[in-house]
Amino acid sequence: MSATTLAPRTSSAKAPRGGGHEKRANLGIYFVALLLVTVIVAPIAYIIIGGFRSNAEITQDPAGLPTDWRIENYSNVLGSTTFWREVANSTIAAAVTTILVVVLGVMAAYVLARYSFKGKGVLYSVFAAGLMFPMTVAITPLYILVRSLGLMNSLAGVIVPQVAFQLSITIIILVPFLRSLPRELEEAASMDGCSRLGFFWRMVIPLSKPGVITVGILAFIASWNSYMLPLFILNKEESYTLPLGVQAFASQYSVDTAKVLAFTSLSMIPALVFFSLFERRIVGGLTGAVKG
Amino acid sequence: MAPLNGSATQAPATTTEPATGGDGAHASSPLPRGTSRRRWGMRAEIALLAGPALLIFLAFVIFPVIIAAYYGFFSWSGYGPATDFVGLRNYQVILQDDAFQAALKHNVIIVVLSLVIQGPIAMGLALLLNRKMRFQSGLRILIFAPYVISEVVVGTGWALILSSNGALNGLLDKVGLGSLAQDWLSDPSIAIWTLMAVITWKYIGFAVILFLAGLQGIPEEITEAAAIDGASYWQIQRRITLPLMGPTLRIWAFLSIIGSLQLFDLVYIIWGQYVAETAGTSTMATYMVSSGRNAGSYGYGNAVAVVIFLISLAVALLYQRFVLRRDTEGAVTGGTR
Repeated sequence: MSATTLAPRTSSAKAPRGGGHEKRANLGIYFVALLLVTVIVAPIAYIIIGGFRSNAEITQDPAGLPTDWRIENYSNVLGSTTFWREVANSTIAAAVTTILVVVLGVMAAYVLARYSFKGKGVLYSVFAAGLMFPMTVAITPLYILVRSLGLMNSLAGVIVPQVAFQLSITIIILVPFLRSLPRELEEAASMDGCSRLGFFWRMVIPLSKPGVITVGILAFIASWNSYMLPLFILNKEESYTLPLGVQAFASQYSVDTAKVLAFTSLSMIPALVFFSLFERRIVGGLTGAVKG
Repeated sequence: MAPLNGSATQAPATTTEPATGGDGAHASSPLPRGTSRRRWGMRAEIALLAGPALLIFLAFVIFPVIIAAYYGFFSWSGYGPATDFVGLRNYQVILQDDAFQAALKHNVIIVVLSLVIQGPIAMGLALLLNRKMRFQSGLRILIFAPYVISEVVVGTGWALILSSNGALNGLLDKVGLGSLAQDWLSDPSIAIWTLMAVITWKYIGFAVILFLAGLQGIPEEITEAAAIDGASYWQIQRRITLPLMGPTLRIWAFLSIIGSLQLFDLVYIIWGQYVAETAGTSTMATYMVSSGRNAGSYGYGNAVAVVIFLISLAVALLYQRFVLRRDTEGAVTGGTR
């Protein structure tokens, strides 16, 4: 299955094209690509570069470059305990969410991929239905539920619902992936006296690493960026995750634009780094899911 | 689901059984038709493996919708037991509230414009990124970058760029187009387009990822054969690639519609609950939060949640029935085959 062929992406070069005409077409493509890069990068660059400017500069010339690059804004943010506490909260929430999603997701996807039983279709549909209903619809009652469980202002109150909502996409990606593991492997394992559960532990877990990495990254990024749920659950500043921190910071220092920009750009680094490291894996995983 | 949960409790006692058997036929046949002992073993395995995920999923995804339906019938401030039963009055108020109707209208506009704007652009970009060119992998990473950045960062950044004395107007002024400067965020005739621009910037990467994945599923032999028969690049894309991309396009459209109906973060961060209404960018979800949680009327907020749920469900079912039905092997429906 496609999900396993993560690395090579040949494609392209669909039609053998001619010489001079070809060159002009290529120039056009590079022009479009350049335009694209500008549109995508400009806002991000504005945020990052703005952090190196002073407020006076930003007010006077909102779209300019820094006259001299000052690092006070960044060093101020990096020197504040608030920032690091929020980084820690976000990291814990994202790490625990990722681990739980992967463990529960692999287990459930394994059942859906490799067992035949009555009600399997229903079980899959139940999980798939979650894809249709992002957290928005459930947020008010979810808040009430979390509150009655006594998990307000605790990271657990964010983690558990996040895990539940992330399970849908995880299972949808993992099922075709696990199904593509060759049946001969399972037969060989059972010949050697390996039970189905033993096969799961000894063969499936190691072999499904690429798929697991895909869903793990998606879960991590989703948790790292999550806004609506923490907004409802975390009301005390000590429990804030980074997105809430950015917003609180932006309203607290609404006149100090440069500092807000510095805080904002620092908070987006981890997700960007994570993604650029594993971009291929994510596209590969989604390929498997799209093709069923 | 009940039998699954029920047998979960028996799991520890029976899980060791299949391991002791060591019977080859057991694992190799998809449907073990052996003794009932074996079948119970398999059921226990299923419960043990799928039970925890199902339990947490039902408790935190499905159950909240049920609570919402219950509290939606009450006038309730969120504390203590809900006793003030008001029947369908919350729903009457919602459907007659101008603010809700405006929000619903904005949602519909966002659904339609998202499809119309993002679909063609993303298709073009996916075709571009699928060609052999320099910096290809760098470009791919770049185009997904906005999708990976959190809504809060995107919202905060864009809000500063788009404010009336922000960077965009400053830039226009600099290049001599100062007359084009606008009140991008607060002018009601422009704000919804501003929102669409930000949405497109943020979410186009997701569409491109999906389309790229779909493009890679098209066998090269087909396009090569067409090229040998003298078809031009664009003819190949239009006559062969696009039709073959049908299933991917339909799944993307589905996810886009559902996402648009539930849009909250970007609007709430850029405009805030009050400005969103006057600027004409409020959505059903921002309406739910401002008139429910922020107003302390949790019964009412739950009723709004139920309305959003029903609208999304109706759209999802209609879409499944009339559009996705053709893709028997699609992502959402394919796993059960």
